[in-house]
Amino acid sequence: MLKPIHKIQLDNGLQIMLKEIHTAPIISHWLWYRVGSRDETPGKTGASHWVEHMQFKGTPRFPADEIEKSIARTGGLWNALTYLDWTTFYETMPADKIDLALELEADRMVNSAYHPDEVKSERTVVMSERQGRENSPSFLLSEAVRAAAFRVHPYHHEVVGDMADLETMQRDDLYNHYRTYYSPNNAILTMAGDFETETMLQRIHELYTSLPAGDEPPRIGRPEPAPRGEHRLTVEGPGETTMVEVAYHAPAAPDPDFFSLLVLDSLLSGPSGLNLFGGGGISNNTSRLYTALVEEKEVAVDVAGGLPATIDPFLYSLHLIVHPQKTAEEGLAILDEEIKRIQDTPPSQSEIERAVKQARALFAYGGESITNQAFWMGFSEMFATYEWVTKYIDRLAAVTPQDVQRIAQTYLRPQNRVVGTYFPQNENPTL
Amino acid sequence: MSQPTFAPLNKSSLPGPDDITRAQLPNGITVLVRPNFNSMSVSMAGYFHAGSLYEPGEKLGLADFTSSCLMRGTQQFSFQEIYEKLESIGASFGFSSGTHTAGFGGKSLVDDFDTLLEILSSALREPTFPSQPVEIVRSQILTGLALRSQDTSEMASLLFDQIVYEGHPYSNPGDGYPETIMAIKEEDLVDFHARHYGPDGMVIVVVGAVSPDLAIDRITETLGDWSNPRQPEVITVPLVPALEKTITKHASIPEKSQSDLIMGVAGPSRHSPDYIPARLGNSVLGQFGMMGRIGNAVRKKAGLAYYAYSSLSSSIGPGPWYVSAGVHPKNVKKAIKLIKAEIEHFVNEPVSVEELEDSKSSYIGKLPLALESNAGVAGAILTLERFDLGLDYYQRYEEIISAVTPQDALAAAQKYLDLERFAIATAGQ
Repeated sequence: MLKPIHKIQLDNGLQIMLKEIHTAPIISHWLWYRVGSRDETPGKTGASHWVEHMQFKGTPRFPADEIEKSIARTGGLWNALTYLDWTTFYETMPADKIDLALELEADRMVNSAYHPDEVKSERTVVMSERQGRENSPSFLLSEAVRAAAFRVHPYHHEVVGDMADLETMQRDDLYNHYRTYYSPNNAILTMAGDFETETMLQRIHELYTSLPAGDEPPRIGRPEPAPRGEHRLTVEGPGETTMVEVAYHAPAAPDPDFFSLLVLDSLLSGPSGLNLFGGGGISNNTSRLYTALVEEKEVAVDVAGGLPATIDPFLYSLHLIVHPQKTAEEGLAILDEEIKRIQDTPPSQSEIERAVKQARALFAYGGESITNQAFWMGFSEMFATYEWVTKYIDRLAAVTPQDVQRIAQTYLRPQNRVVGTYFPQNENPTL
Repeated sequence: MSQPTFAPLNKSSLPGPDDITRAQLPNGITVLVRPNFNSMSVSMAGYFHAGSLYEPGEKLGLADFTSSCLMRGTQQFSFQEIYEKLESIGASFGFSSGTHTAGFGGKSLVDDFDTLLEILSSALREPTFPSQPVEIVRSQILTGLALRSQDTSEMASLLFDQIVYEGHPYSNPGDGYPETIMAIKEEDLVDFHARHYGPDGMVIVVVGAVSPDLAIDRITETLGDWSNPRQPEVITVPLVPALEKTITKHASIPEKSQSDLIMGVAGPSRHSPDYIPARLGNSVLGQFGMMGRIGNAVRKKAGLAYYAYSSLSSSIGPGPWYVSAGVHPKNVKKAIKLIKAEIEHFVNEPVSVEELEDSKSSYIGKLPLALESNAGVAGAILTLERFDLGLDYYQRYEEIISAVTPQDALAAAQKYLDLERFAIATAGQ
């Protein structure tokens, strides 16, 4: 499932990771940049995401319309993602057409134009993207919880940015952001699929060796101080449905505690995998929280958990959709009972083995997708190394019941969390 | 610079009569299996004729409610036991409900295929609809409906269906309304299951590291003796007359930053000869690249929306053909005007040969990507069966797509898209 890969670095600093998979005539090509919302200061929030949009506006050699048509004609899948720590561009295409992707990405690493007219029309597109998100109560709640959890660290703001900055940022702000972070020494190229490694390496050399390394990009070094007590907040808005988000400060992805917390999350809220591109998930109906909140006490209609893998410590979040006849307080009380239970008594070894089996199955499903295979390589390099993925199952399997208990005691303390409640307008706040 | 050479596309790797085994069990179940021993997993998907068309008007949502309760308890297993079986082996399985059919789908590691079948059989044949779990499902559905009422996209879509399909079964939302969900009693669920669930017309597709003989034997063992003499005839839906005039309606949802708009008509069914030309034309209109001509006008040039695209659904009956966009409330009128101009252009002039070739090429190239995973292949085979396209459809696909001309696409557009008879639904402030 996780076959060996070929990894090299060019003189200009570009890292390359290639993995041959010959099961289908498809290649997935990704270019990853070490830049995300963590690299933005107030006034420039949303710059990384907007820059990602601007990268689709073309270069002198590849005008936007032409490149878009050329790729779409192949039936290929292409898009980009911007996250807290990284920005990535990908193309999954018929194997015989992949050279187009290679040429495009090498070119737009340095030659994007950022015409003022294009900046102007994209400004309202990005604002519209944000307005669409604002329609969702869970986005409003999540944004408020995150802002409360991070006073100092730039994880404070949403990737899409604040409306105030989307209204005021100018062409040069975006162009400078692009020039600062888009360079070979700040990038990783990952590919998986139906190619010969030697031929592909030669082609990558041809396209990239002439690009000079850039200056080492600046980083914002503002670690979040430890919280000094529980923070509670409310968000009010339209609707009839109460939601609760409980966010605990969590370890960073490279931290050994991260894997213990992943196991804990799997026991509490069900398994989650790394299958962004097909392979799906596994239901969480036998997880501790679903069983307690939805089945036994009927205080919620759904519960989900999430622990994103990040460079710096981020958040472990639990999301509850409260039962129409119950309150946020009732939901939180049951959640706290379940957390106390695992703090008081370690889980059984068999419960951990079950979580490991689930993770293994998710990898097996996800590995069928060549896009996932190429994604995993670059994704893990953004905050650790590819070993983080290849050893993922082993590290989960090494977690002991006592580790899980200790992690629950260490991280899932009220003093370490933000509790946010979305109160629909037709109800009175009770928290 | 040298151009590397890569393996050419291999047509014979597409699913076809040579590697799909199709068998019909005596009780009416059709089984299709395509082995894939490169994989460690197996995917199973299927459908049966128990969609929302079969529910009475005062109990809208009954078909969906019924399918949601199947795994909440059976004669053999409790809810906890079912999910313990599935989740402990990392398998997933579930039911869903559509308009014509209800369906199921799931996957497991290959050694656990029998578990999927065991749960499929138990959930289909002997669900018990226990009281407390039924009430949990009811509260989940009602919460879903409360969230729907706040969702501008879903509400615009609901309103659109009410305008286009007035008096037609397609006007009803599959998840019902709060009052119809409240009106459904436990005995309604039991009765709906008893009347409509049966093997006749059921289709099961299996794709993965399992041989056709084994899969067919196992399905025969678990479902071969199932029968239900009460199963009614399959319901067909009537055609939908065009509206007499353009109708515009708005659903008011306060405090929303963005409004959604959906405008369009009832389009051709998947069985219609108009379907493929319409679909390729639709690609030019609002799909190709970054959402085709609509995306170009509304997003790229005017900067009004993050998404603005057109869609033509694959449906047994006359499914919707529409343009959808999410825009700031103050820009709704402007967006409608831009979209109307694009549709007018689309129905008055044939798309260019180049535009059409772009879309054809995209459709043909997309196929291997869609068929990469077992689940993707299972879905594709289900489509073959559902619309009676023939097992060699994917191997004929290139030929079928290539044959469409700009005039064919124009004729399909003119037949359906009349701006004087449009439904325009908006939802938001």
